[in-house]
Amino acid sequence: MLPVAALDADADSDARTGGDTGTGASGTGASAGARLRVILRGHRAGVVGAVILLAFTVLAIGAPWFAPYSTTAASGAVFAPPSLHHLLGTNDGGIDMVSLLMAGGRISMLVGFSCAAIAAVPGLLIGVLSGYFGGVVDTVLMRVTDFFIVLPTVPVMIVIAAVWGPSLLHLIVAISVLLWTSTARVIRAQVKSLRERTFVRRARTLGMGNTRVIFRHIVPNVAPLLVANSVVALALAIFYETALAFLGLGDPTATSWGTIIEDAFLRTAISVGAWWAIVPPGICVALVVIGAYLVGQSIEDELNPRLKVAHFSARFWSFRPLVGRGSEAI
Amino acid sequence: MRSGTLDYVVKRVAFALVTIFIVLTFNFVLFRLLPGSAVTDLSRVPNASPALREALAREFGLASSKWDQYLAYLDQLFHGNLGVSYVNQQPVWDNLRTDVANTVPMVALGTVVAVIAGITSGLVSAWRRRTPADYLLTNSAIAFYSFPTQWLGLMLIVLFGSYLPTTGMTTPFQIGGSFWQQAGDELQHMILPSLTIALTLYGQYTLVVRSAVLETLGEDYVLTARAKGVRTRRLLTRHVLRNAMLPIVTLMGLSFGYIVGGALLVETVFTWPGIGLAVYQAVLQRDYPMLQGAFLLLTISVVVFNLLADLLYARLDPRVSG
Repeated sequence: MLPVAALDADADSDARTGGDTGTGASGTGASAGARLRVILRGHRAGVVGAVILLAFTVLAIGAPWFAPYSTTAASGAVFAPPSLHHLLGTNDGGIDMVSLLMAGGRISMLVGFSCAAIAAVPGLLIGVLSGYFGGVVDTVLMRVTDFFIVLPTVPVMIVIAAVWGPSLLHLIVAISVLLWTSTARVIRAQVKSLRERTFVRRARTLGMGNTRVIFRHIVPNVAPLLVANSVVALALAIFYETALAFLGLGDPTATSWGTIIEDAFLRTAISVGAWWAIVPPGICVALVVIGAYLVGQSIEDELNPRLKVAHFSARFWSFRPLVGRGSEAI
Repeated sequence: MRSGTLDYVVKRVAFALVTIFIVLTFNFVLFRLLPGSAVTDLSRVPNASPALREALAREFGLASSKWDQYLAYLDQLFHGNLGVSYVNQQPVWDNLRTDVANTVPMVALGTVVAVIAGITSGLVSAWRRRTPADYLLTNSAIAFYSFPTQWLGLMLIVLFGSYLPTTGMTTPFQIGGSFWQQAGDELQHMILPSLTIALTLYGQYTLVVRSAVLETLGEDYVLTARAKGVRTRRLLTRHVLRNAMLPIVTLMGLSFGYIVGGALLVETVFTWPGIGLAVYQAVLQRDYPMLQGAFLLLTISVVVFNLLADLLYARLDPRVSG
């Protein structure tokens, strides 16, 4: 079972209190490395998540070099069960599953990272503008965000991908279009509280322009929150990619975890009883989702311990927040 | 009704209407971006004669300006005309009606099971937090949330495929039989798809209920109730769950869009002849009128459910609209 200590309010705050006293005792003179170690000790679940994500990223990047067999030519019998030569057996074309999973991870992680990066742009922009300027700007931008939140994700992505035609780029755009909403909301709430802090008020009183305040004080302070949300967006994008690929909307020329599941389904892996052709890609997706969740949550807990209990529901799905409604929503 | 409440209701309804209107427009524009014209799509032959093309253009009003076409589209839509399916030449609306009638019982069964299981396990894991029972329930909830829906369905086929039917809604070529036999047959086909939906939702609901209950457990009135000597069972159901129901009910209402997405995948896996399978086949066969119709139906129903959740929230918690 995976560690979910971070889910638990008490366990986590105990760990953090311990960590804080540690920093206090060693004083401000402690080295950056020591401080990092103290922080990491308070977020074991986050470290586990980061290791999972890092491992999958390394495997994805290194797939062409690490993969034991070719992903285009048969290297064994059709649906050969797992053996020492093929640790996870082979698929309907006699292709080694381990190599195929690594190649699929390459595309899936590419989709995840691209979508997260694209979605971060409107997420940050709308969140900052809305939270910083308030008033009419806030109302308009939040109504637009609400509109995107209310749309059912999968049908909209299906329609865009179906009309536009199957390609990796189209898939990435179709997913990103709906992925930025929760980021925008979270960042907006943080910016709203930031703009009332003393250092921001002081900067404005001293005559600093809006643009400078935003780039010097606001954006650097919401950056960690943006990272936390982008990590979760990465996992969600991979999740949606498998759904779209399964519905026949993936790029037919690229192997991803989604197309591996689709192929196994369409090419009788189940009736043959070849569980090894279909179980591993699902496990990979689940591990990335859990890893991303653990990392995202650890960052958020560190930034804002008060949100701890409620945020799982508020952040992870594009559900509306639990705390407050309308313009007061967090 | 206080004026604040009325104001809130009007605002929410107006927002929903505007949303629906934008979706209708989006639907019109998006499908005009398709390669080829509606005429080539309709004639479905590469070398349609000019006479045929002209006849089609006249029949469907394609000679008029885009603006007139848009107005005609809205007009027909409000009269319940969603067009004609390219594949079976039946009105899209008639096709969709049968599909929805097939989808609703299957999804409803899964959702009800998920709600009951989710509330129970969320309550237990919050009450017994930091015990093995909590870790077991929370971990399994996270796992069920993390697995791709279609993959979970396939896993159920692998595990139970030899005991339960895995495709379609009825046993093919089975003629006759009493009403109860037929209903039993359909119920048997429903078990695995409904279970898949229940499992994916179960994960979400458990975690949502757990957070809501944990928050409520920290409230002063819970402490007071315990100090008064209220028994655990009564405390949990009457004091804790009752107040925690507020976010739970609304979040469940808001998860409707997620259920729709899940139903699409589950119906594809189990070839359940509902609206999800209709979307899948429309995509495969490039049956754009069907795709448009299903898209509109799904989106509008999600918007309406969200509106209902909002209104319910305001009803349960007067502070919201205050």
